[in-house]
Amino acid sequence: MPLLQMIGIEKSFPGVRALTGVNLTLAAGEVLALVGENGAGKSTLMKVLGGAVEPDAGGIRINGDEVRIESPLGARRLGIAMIYQEFNLVPALSARENIFLGQETTRGGFIAHDEERRRATELLARIGLDFDPEIPCRRLSVAQQQGVEIAKALSLNARILVLDEPSAALTTREVERLFAIIRQLQTHGLGIIYIGHRLEEIFEIADRVMVMRDGANVGERAIANFTRAQLIEMMVGRELKDEFPKRTATIGEPRLVVKGLRRGSAVRDVSFMVHRGEIVALAGLVGAGRTEVARLLFGADARDAGEIKLDGRSLELRSPRDAIAAGIGLLTEDRKQQGLVLAHSVRENFGLPNLDRLSRGGFLRLANEREEFARYTSAMRIKISDGEQRARNLSGGNQQKVVIAKWLARNCEVLIFDEPTRGVDVGAKYEIYVLMNELAAQGKAILTISSDLPEVLGVADRILVMHEGRVTGELANARAATQEQIMELAVA
Amino acid sequence: MVLALLLLCAFFSAVTYSEQHLSGVAAADQLATAIIKQFGPGARVLIAARDQPEDAAFAERLRQRLTSAGASVTEVVKGEPKDARAALQRAADSQSKLDAIAGTEATRGWLVFAELAKDFPSLGNPVLVQPRSYRWPNFLKRENLLNITNQIAVIAILAVGMTVVIIAGGIDLSVGSLIALAAVAACLLIRDFAGGANAAAFGLTLSCLAAIAGSGAVGAFTGAVITRFLVPPFVVTLGVMLMASGGAYLLAQGQSVYQVPDSFIWLGRGANLFGVPNAVVLMLTLYVAAHVMMSRTRLGRYLYAVGGNLEAARLSGVPVKRVQLFAYTLSGLLAGLGGIVMASQLKSGSPTYGQMYELYVIAAVVVGGTSLSGGEGKIFGTLIGAFIIAVIQNGMNLMNVESYTQKVVLGLVILAAVLLDKLKQGGWRGGRAPNGTQSA
Repeated sequence: MPLLQMIGIEKSFPGVRALTGVNLTLAAGEVLALVGENGAGKSTLMKVLGGAVEPDAGGIRINGDEVRIESPLGARRLGIAMIYQEFNLVPALSARENIFLGQETTRGGFIAHDEERRRATELLARIGLDFDPEIPCRRLSVAQQQGVEIAKALSLNARILVLDEPSAALTTREVERLFAIIRQLQTHGLGIIYIGHRLEEIFEIADRVMVMRDGANVGERAIANFTRAQLIEMMVGRELKDEFPKRTATIGEPRLVVKGLRRGSAVRDVSFMVHRGEIVALAGLVGAGRTEVARLLFGADARDAGEIKLDGRSLELRSPRDAIAAGIGLLTEDRKQQGLVLAHSVRENFGLPNLDRLSRGGFLRLANEREEFARYTSAMRIKISDGEQRARNLSGGNQQKVVIAKWLARNCEVLIFDEPTRGVDVGAKYEIYVLMNELAAQGKAILTISSDLPEVLGVADRILVMHEGRVTGELANARAATQEQIMELAVA
Repeated sequence: MVLALLLLCAFFSAVTYSEQHLSGVAAADQLATAIIKQFGPGARVLIAARDQPEDAAFAERLRQRLTSAGASVTEVVKGEPKDARAALQRAADSQSKLDAIAGTEATRGWLVFAELAKDFPSLGNPVLVQPRSYRWPNFLKRENLLNITNQIAVIAILAVGMTVVIIAGGIDLSVGSLIALAAVAACLLIRDFAGGANAAAFGLTLSCLAAIAGSGAVGAFTGAVITRFLVPPFVVTLGVMLMASGGAYLLAQGQSVYQVPDSFIWLGRGANLFGVPNAVVLMLTLYVAAHVMMSRTRLGRYLYAVGGNLEAARLSGVPVKRVQLFAYTLSGLLAGLGGIVMASQLKSGSPTYGQMYELYVIAAVVVGGTSLSGGEGKIFGTLIGAFIIAVIQNGMNLMNVESYTQKVVLGLVILAAVLLDKLKQGGWRGGRAPNGTQSA
C-alpha cells in the first residue's frame, strides 16, 4: 500500500487550467523527484497537498485512507511537512524556539526550556547537525536554517516531506550534506517529494521521477530507466504550434554593449551586446541571474564592476531615472509589485514615466495625458472600461499591455522584457510578440528574459543562456536551436 | 465624509436649538422701529440698559434712532436696578408721562419694573418693551461657526502637510513639537531682535518667517534621515518630536515668551476679509494650493505614486528620495506656520503648545479618508476630517459635555470613521484576498 496517493487532481484559476487530472503516488522510504518547467503545475500540486489550495476535483489517500486536507494545519496533522525555498522561520527566534513554535513544551504553563533544548539537540543530531539550538535563526547559514526546518518537520512526526528546490541556495558541499540527511530520513521510512531543476542532483538522489507539463503528468518511471536526454525531452517536449509571428530581422550595428558586469555572486562577469533591430533572449533557470542582469542594466541595483555602453556612450546609471533618461526601459518580471501602482488608475500608471513630456512648468497636462493614453489603448487593444479604472482590476494580459504602453510612449532605445508573457493568456501573448517584432524593426535593441523555452526559441534572434550568474553559452542562431540545447546549458 | 459632517452639524443644530435675543445695534434698530410703530412719532421713552459695552451700544443707537424719528427719550439709564429706580423717580417727580420703557432681555426682568402702575402711578402706566426674540440653534450662530473654524485652523494647517506625508507613504509625529518650537523661536526673535513689545511689522514678519524656515529645516532633516538611512519614518519622527519639544523648552528656558507687540495678534485673531478670521483665510488658501498641487502637478502625481508603490515608482523613473524629502520638509514648514498662528492667537510663545496635536492631526487625516498605508487620499477630505473633529468638540462644549467624556467620544468617532472606510473598501476582513494567481 503506497504511503500517499493523489488521484485525478484538478484545479483551475481564472483563465488557466493549472492541473488537469494529475495522479501521484509515493511509497514510504522513497524519494520522488517532481520535475517540469516553470509553470508546469508542480507548485500548485504541492499546494493542494499542503492544504494551501483546494482542488476542484480529485482525491487524496494516505496509507489507503481517503483524507480531506482543508488547511495547512490539517496537512500538518496528517504528517505532511512542506519546506519551501523561502523558509518559514522567525529570524529573531532561536532554532529551538522555531522548532517548537506553536507546539511549545510546557510545564505548569511555563515553557520547559531544558526539555525543549534536549529534544532540539536530539532532532538536529538525527539529521547530522550539531550547533547550539539557542542561536537566533538569522545568524544561521542557509543550510543550517534548512536543517531547522527539517527538524521542525520531524518534531511534528512528519511522514511525508516535500522539499521545494531545497538545493537552490546551497553550496556544493551543503548539497551533499542535505542529500545525506535525505537518505537518512528515507531509512526512517519517510516519503520524500523532491522538486528540483538540477538534473544531476535528481539523478543522484531520486528513486523515481515524475515529469509534469502544462498541468498534467506526462511521464513517470524509475530513475534508472531514464537517460538525461530523455528526461529533458520529456520536460520540454511540446510541439511548437503557430504560437509566434513570423520574424524577419534586419540586424545592424551594436547598440547595447555590456562588458564584465558583476554584482556579488548573483552576476559574475557577464558580457554581451545587443544590435540594432535585434531581439536577444536571456535564458536559464529561475535564479540564474537573468533578472539581476536586467536590474543592473536599468540602474535599479548598483553594479560592483563592469561597463554598460549605449551607442558607444558609457552609462553611469545610478538610478532607474538615469537609465530612463539614457533611453532604457524595463518591463519587470513582477508586474504587481514593481510594474504598476495597483491602487491607481491605468491612465496614471501609463503617465508615470512620461510626466516630463506630459507636464509644463510642473503642472500636468491632463488632456494630453488622456488623449495619448486613449491612442495607445486603441492601438494596443487594451481592454479597459475607461482610463480611470484601477490597475488592480485588469487581467494579467491587460496589465502587461499597460506596462508596455507606458514604455512605448517613452520611446526607449533599449527595451528589456523580463518574463513578458508570464500570466498572460495565449491571445495576448501573440500580440506582445508582434509588438516586440515591431519595436525591433524600428531599430531598437530588445533584450528579453523568459523561462518559457518555446517562447525563447520563437521570439529571439540570438539566445544567451545563464547559469549561476554566468553566461554559460550562446546560441547564435535561435532559429536552429533546440530546447534541449538550452536546457543543457542551463543546468550545466 | 461630507455626509457625516452634515449629519453632525444637523444633530448639534437640533440639540442646541433655543431662544435667541438680539443684542447691540441690531436690537436697537429693531426695537426703535417697533416703538415708533406702536406709539407714534411722539412717543416718550425711557431706556434702561446695563453698564456694559454691548448694552451701551444698544442704548446709544436706540436713543439716536428714536430721537431722529421724533420721539423723545426722557433718560438713558446705564447701570443697575437702583439707577433705574432713581430715573423713574426723577421722571415721576417731574410729572412727565412715559409711553414705554425700552429695555434688553436682561433689564426687563428687573423687579423695579414689576409693578410700575403701583409704584409710580404718575408715569401713566408705561409699557415695557424689549427687542423681539427668535429661535435659532446656538451651534449655527455666526460667531460659533467662525469660532469653530478659528479653533481648528492650526490643526487643519498641519493636517495639509500630514496628508501629503501620509499619501507619500510616511508619517510625521514631530509636528506637534514643531508648533512649540516655532512659536517659541518666533517670540524669542521678536523679543530679542525685533524690539519686543514695540516691534515693527517688518521685524515681526522676518522673525516669523525665520521660525517657519527653521521648522522647515527640521522637516528636511527628518526627510534626509529617512531617505538616506532607510529608517522607518515612525522612529525618526518620534526622535525628532522629542528633540524639538526639548529644544523648545531649552530655548524658552521653560517659560512663556510674551514680550510681543499687540500687532502680533493680526494673524491669529484679526479678521480683515468680510469678518472672516485671517487664520481661516490662510488655512483655506493652503487647502486650495495643496489640492492643486496634489491633483494638477507632476510632484503631486509623484507623491501618490511613491506612497502607492515605492518600487514601481522608482522603476518608472520617479526621484523617490527627493519626493519623500519634499513631503517631510513641507510638513515641517506647515507645522512651523501652525506654530506662528497659535502664538499669534495666544499672543505669546510657550513650549507647552501643540502637545498631542500630532495625534489630532493624524486623526483628521484618517477621518478624512486618507489611507495610512499610502497612495490614497484627498486633501479636501482632510479638511472635512478636521471639521468633523472640531464640530464634535464644539458641539459637545455647547451641550456642556465635560472634557473627559469628550475625549472618549472623539476616540470612538475616529474608530468609527476608520471602520467605515474599511467597510467601504469591501468587507470587514479588510485585506483583499489574493485573486488566485497561478505560480507554479
